[in-house]
Amino acid sequence: MIESFASIETIFYLASLVAIIASLKVVTGKNTVHALLYLVVSLLAVAVCFYLMGAPFAAGLEVIVYAGAILVLFVFAIMMFGLTKDELHYAPQSNGVLTWLGPIGLAVLLLVLLLFAITNGEIQHKLTVNIVDAKQVGILLYGPYLLAVEIASFLLLAGLIAGYHYAKPDVTGGHL
Amino acid sequence: MSAIPLTHALILACILFSIGFVGVIVRKNTLFILMSLEVMLNAVGVAFIAAGSAWKQADGQIMFILILTLAAAEVAVGLALLIRMQRKHRTLDIDKLNEMRG
Repeated sequence: MIESFASIETIFYLASLVAIIASLKVVTGKNTVHALLYLVVSLLAVAVCFYLMGAPFAAGLEVIVYAGAILVLFVFAIMMFGLTKDELHYAPQSNGVLTWLGPIGLAVLLLVLLLFAITNGEIQHKLTVNIVDAKQVGILLYGPYLLAVEIASFLLLAGLIAGYHYAKPDVTGGHL
Repeated sequence: MSAIPLTHALILACILFSIGFVGVIVRKNTLFILMSLEVMLNAVGVAFIAAGSAWKQADGQIMFILILTLAAAEVAVGLALLIRMQRKHRTLDIDKLNEMRG
């Protein structure tokens, strides 16, 4: 019985179910901060899927860059917008832990899945057989794909300058 | 060949992409549109990683890294534009943007 559950496929399907539910909650959400929490859970679930597909480097990047950096950028922007009236209407301040329950439940489910995948020896053995590790990615990235890396750096520089330019207060005026 | 069938991973990518696309089309709050765009880009990343692991090549992960930089640049510019919009119009409703002429 437990053997049929203890497979990579089952964990993958459960993690993808978490990702789909969290994405649905993101799209249908009323409150921006709650939707952001569900977006974090969705990205973490997709990271678990990456790990199970034999791409631990991509899973780490997903957690660090997506769930870490980009989502923090979202939080900063929401803080700058300030909560307007309809947000306060949709998010009464007093319901406490109830609003956190959904994302926390999904995240705990993900943690259980990941711990199960890490501690189970058979799954680990199957995962290490078909892994594409960071070394192969690095060799390819700075070999044939070097031009793409340079272009990506140009793109990031353009994003930096455009972000600075558009978010700058009007009153300073003038340069750039 | 990876333990997970390529078809199932691609189905997951399709579902996530559809959810994000519906969000982009349906929502009027521009912040939610940006979040749905994130979901869509993420779904594309799932498709690339699945294909890369099916053929055991690192190219899929490289495309994922490029998508990651694209998403970072897109979010930076998009959120800066939203801050400008909030400052000018006092709303994030995308229908207000049709007041812009030219």
